[in-house]
Amino acid sequence: MFVLDIISAIFLMVGVFFGLSGAIGLFRFPDFFTRVHAASVTDSIAAIFIIGGLLLQTSFDLNTAKLLFILLFLMITSPTASHALAKSARHGGQLSLSESKTGQKESAQ
Amino acid sequence: MAELIDLVLLGMLAITAIGVIVLKDLFAVVMLFGIYSFLSALIFVSLDAVDVAFTEASVGAGISTVLMLGTLALTGRKEKENQHSSLLPLLVVLITGAALIYGTLDMPPFGAADNPVHEHVAPRYIEESPKEVGLPNMVTSVLASYRGFDTLGETVVVFAAAVGVLSLLGVVRREEDDAPESGLKEHRVLHVVAKLIIPMIILFALYVQFHGDFGPGGGFQAGVIAAAAFILYALVYGLPLAFRVVSPKFLQVMAAFGVLLYASVGLYSMSQGGQFLDYNKLAADPIAGQHYGIIIIELGVGITVFAVMLSIFYAFGSQAERSNIK
Repeated sequence: MFVLDIISAIFLMVGVFFGLSGAIGLFRFPDFFTRVHAASVTDSIAAIFIIGGLLLQTSFDLNTAKLLFILLFLMITSPTASHALAKSARHGGQLSLSESKTGQKESAQ
Repeated sequence: MAELIDLVLLGMLAITAIGVIVLKDLFAVVMLFGIYSFLSALIFVSLDAVDVAFTEASVGAGISTVLMLGTLALTGRKEKENQHSSLLPLLVVLITGAALIYGTLDMPPFGAADNPVHEHVAPRYIEESPKEVGLPNMVTSVLASYRGFDTLGETVVVFAAAVGVLSLLGVVRREEDDAPESGLKEHRVLHVVAKLIIPMIILFALYVQFHGDFGPGGGFQAGVIAAAAFILYALVYGLPLAFRVVSPKFLQVMAAFGVLLYASVGLYSMSQGGQFLDYNKLAADPIAGQHYGIIIIELGVGITVFAVMLSIFYAFGSQAERSNIK
């Protein structure tokens, strides 16, 4: 069990690292789409690692199955949510950083 | 360690509340309310009140966020500038807050074993409910059996909310041709994922409904989760299609049917010689009678909550469509 605990701890720490970096990116990145990218890192790869770490802490019973179901749902829903968010922003006329820069140059010329 | 978690959660709760007050963008405020509900749900989990946490997460963070967004679609997302001086309200709030804090000084220490809450009815529920009701989840025993009267009242309140909203807004049913297309018509990814996920949400709602006797869950949460499945359908495929799946008229009937189902259990137990909502009289064996009674009234609660939440969403949604066209 000791080995499993170590692997689980590593998984949890990697998950926390990705969650934290996603949060920092959400604040620091320059435009909307890069921010969505940072946020989607949080709820995809960080969630995988954290739930993976929790999976190793269970005694492989009903709770394991429930966590696997949660993982499955997160794998389906969170990329969809990020996709829908980015697409609606696109639909609403939100430009990416490079596009808005070239737009400014053209309007300046 | 547990205290640290509580402190962090309460701190985040306070920050969120301040954000709600300071921000003028109502869209962000609604989102913060959702976060607030999730944080309270986490605090309930750390207090071992999983049933309450479940309700808070599904009702507070789930359905009320959707309904408030529906309201924003009607009213606009900027807060109105307040011209009044805020001195008097500040004074009232300060005095009330000071009185409340002064009141807590007289309370017994948090978590002490001889608190009144731990000495009054709680020990009786813990000691007697396995013998009297026999459900593994004691919360459901208390909610549906010992406090069956209160829960009937809550269900009637939910029903009354639907009556109020529908009499104010009403559901506009339009012809198929002039119905505006859903803005999400081109979202193929959303269509596919919604189709994949809606059956699973409904299955989960049924699990929560009928597993409430054994674990956290019950009619309130199940009704809200089932309503969320249909709201997702209505959002992705548009209201006209959703009206064809579950028509508003049907929902109005169902909302009343749930309350009546609940109350009829009480009337039936009276006809069997017991008191109102006395489940012991429902079957020859009192414990079996309790189980029948709880399953039926939880079903009544679930049906009413589902129908009410969905018809309130319909009312908001159809109004928003109409104001968008004008």
